[in-house]
Amino acid sequence: MSDNAAHTLRIEGLHASAGDQEILQGVDLEVSSGRVHAVMGPNGSGKSTLAHVVMGRPGYEVTAGSVTLDGIDVLGLAPWERAQAGLFLAMQHPTEVPGVSAAQALAEALALRAGDDSPSAEQLERTRGLLEAEAATVGLKAELVARPLNVDMSGGEKKRNETVQLAVLQPRIAILDEIDSGLDIDALRACANRIEALTEAGLGVLAITHFTRVLEYLRPDEVHVIVDGRIVDSGGPELADALEADGYAPYLPEEPDAGVAVSIGGLGSTLGAGTGSSAADDPFADPWADPLDELG
Amino acid sequence: MFSPDLVDALGGSDALAKRRRAAAERAAAAGQPSFTEEVWRYTPIDDLDTSQYRFESPGGSAGPAGLVAGVDDDAAAVIRITNGAVTDVAVRADGVSVTTLDDGADDLVGVVAPEGPDVFGDWNLALSAAPIAVSIEPKAVVAAPVVVHVHTDVDGLAWFPRLVVVAGRMSQATVIEHHTGGDAPALICPLTELSVGDGAHLGHVTVQELGNAAWQIANLCSDVGRDANLRIGHVAMGGDYARARIGTDMTGRGGHSEIDAVYFGRGTSTLDFRTFQTHVAPHTTSDLLFKGAVDDYARAVYTGLIRIEADASHVMADQTNRNLKLSPNAWAESVPNLEIENSDVQCSHASSIGPVDADQRFYLESRGVPTDVAEALVVRGFFDEVLDALPSEQISASVRQRIDELVSDADFAAVVR
Repeated sequence: MSDNAAHTLRIEGLHASAGDQEILQGVDLEVSSGRVHAVMGPNGSGKSTLAHVVMGRPGYEVTAGSVTLDGIDVLGLAPWERAQAGLFLAMQHPTEVPGVSAAQALAEALALRAGDDSPSAEQLERTRGLLEAEAATVGLKAELVARPLNVDMSGGEKKRNETVQLAVLQPRIAILDEIDSGLDIDALRACANRIEALTEAGLGVLAITHFTRVLEYLRPDEVHVIVDGRIVDSGGPELADALEADGYAPYLPEEPDAGVAVSIGGLGSTLGAGTGSSAADDPFADPWADPLDELG
Repeated sequence: MFSPDLVDALGGSDALAKRRRAAAERAAAAGQPSFTEEVWRYTPIDDLDTSQYRFESPGGSAGPAGLVAGVDDDAAAVIRITNGAVTDVAVRADGVSVTTLDDGADDLVGVVAPEGPDVFGDWNLALSAAPIAVSIEPKAVVAAPVVVHVHTDVDGLAWFPRLVVVAGRMSQATVIEHHTGGDAPALICPLTELSVGDGAHLGHVTVQELGNAAWQIANLCSDVGRDANLRIGHVAMGGDYARARIGTDMTGRGGHSEIDAVYFGRGTSTLDFRTFQTHVAPHTTSDLLFKGAVDDYARAVYTGLIRIEADASHVMADQTNRNLKLSPNAWAESVPNLEIENSDVQCSHASSIGPVDADQRFYLESRGVPTDVAEALVVRGFFDEVLDALPSEQISASVRQRIDELVSDADFAAVVR
């Protein structure tokens, strides 16, 4: 992978079901490096399912369509392989994992990315250091990153912790599933500012949300409306303002045309360059690069 | 089972001989236990053929250090009992004394359990050829552990280790009981008595790493005095059939007990646990946490009873058993029970049996952790709280490392999909 390459997550005609129920009924979306896409929709529209299916959560069946990252068939990969390929999912309800710290888990992931079977003590220490630095950035108490993942954390702490892990892992494309739920305004601002800074360094974002509040900070390039498992409208940030004013009602009474394709070109390829070091040019190539350096 | 006449050849005082004879006659009258009895439910007890074992006390050389490696170095006392005979006693700290049948252990045998809690407990009193008594002086604070190594490596041996620990009032001590064995079949029926004096703090850890042809039917009986604190740890890693019956009798007001157990069944082994948290005195508390995994074709049975007697008001008692099934052919059963005769108490119990949690695995995978590593992390994490709770940090560390080795070798994919 060359430095500064633009990465593209392409979702085409995606149909997926859980049990007998078809939830996604033909979703088309394309997210590239440096771009922020918001997917908004009412309860039950398939927003979270989209996030889960792209990351490979068990319990869903893809019945048609494709998901590719830089042309690689994502649906054929195990969830961890998708993450290793550069995808990240910040969960709406982060799972408690007793006895396993973020440092342990992320050190394993980063060691693999660096081509090692398992992390050395030094790599574990570096990961812990990166997590603590990121925790400070989003106002999460440093001791929380040493704790078992999400155990005995408040909703807000869990979301900050997701943001911390996102920043340390430096994925190519991040899916944020309702990153704003459970966050107070200060925490929301801290997390959104951190993610926005990462987009300036080249991260592509697919932000799934109910509310427009988070978009004041994340500032999407594109806004998509999902209803009944289909993207029914797409536009610029002004679309979010319209949703704020009118809600989803205009989309609900009658079924609009299915599967409006959205195509956004590979911008962002030059964003994030300029700090000089090669590690900063492609943070994904050096898993233990200090993400704070990249921001200059 | 065994002949009561076997007691005639054993040493000790006349008084002990009389008690041995009575116990042997009780046990002989009770006969062979059967799985149709509730207390042997889910067990392979009907496979027991005592004619395949010889009751002898040949002694022998020390067993492997295993999970207790390094603990002897700084121990307050090291005792070795091998194949039915005491082979070494070394006391290195003040406040600890160790006695055998030669110098007065007779009087302490039965101090907590004058009769066996089951037929094997009675056979133990009858046939324990080399009982050991460890006494902690009142008010003595013994920082280093007392280590008792119990080793069996004679093919077809049957024997009955008996350990009595008397923690004098206001004393503090920890005793580690380490059971090891060779690959040959053997029948080992230990009985441990823990007498915790008023205000005393006693820790006791059993580390069972027997060979995979051994049968162990163990009893642990304890009596917790006024404002006393007893922490029991139990680690079960081996044996063909390994049963441990653990009872805590809360007889002194203000006493507290904790039982924390870690088990990991592999191959075709059956690990069987029965616990009794008996609250006799008011204002007593007890906590119990049993966490185990079964892999391959292994089986685990947990049956626990919290019993609150009529006079025991203001009692708090908890009981939790969690089982991880790491193979589709492994099996676990969990039967928690409450028996409460006083309404002014708080009791709870919980149990679970299941594979590696799919959500936890997915969460770790979504960070880029490969499936097998994610599963190993989840299994290690599962044991974390109970390992932290064992009353010996050295044992916690060595068992944690053993579990790391076991889970990094294991392949659980078949169950957790």
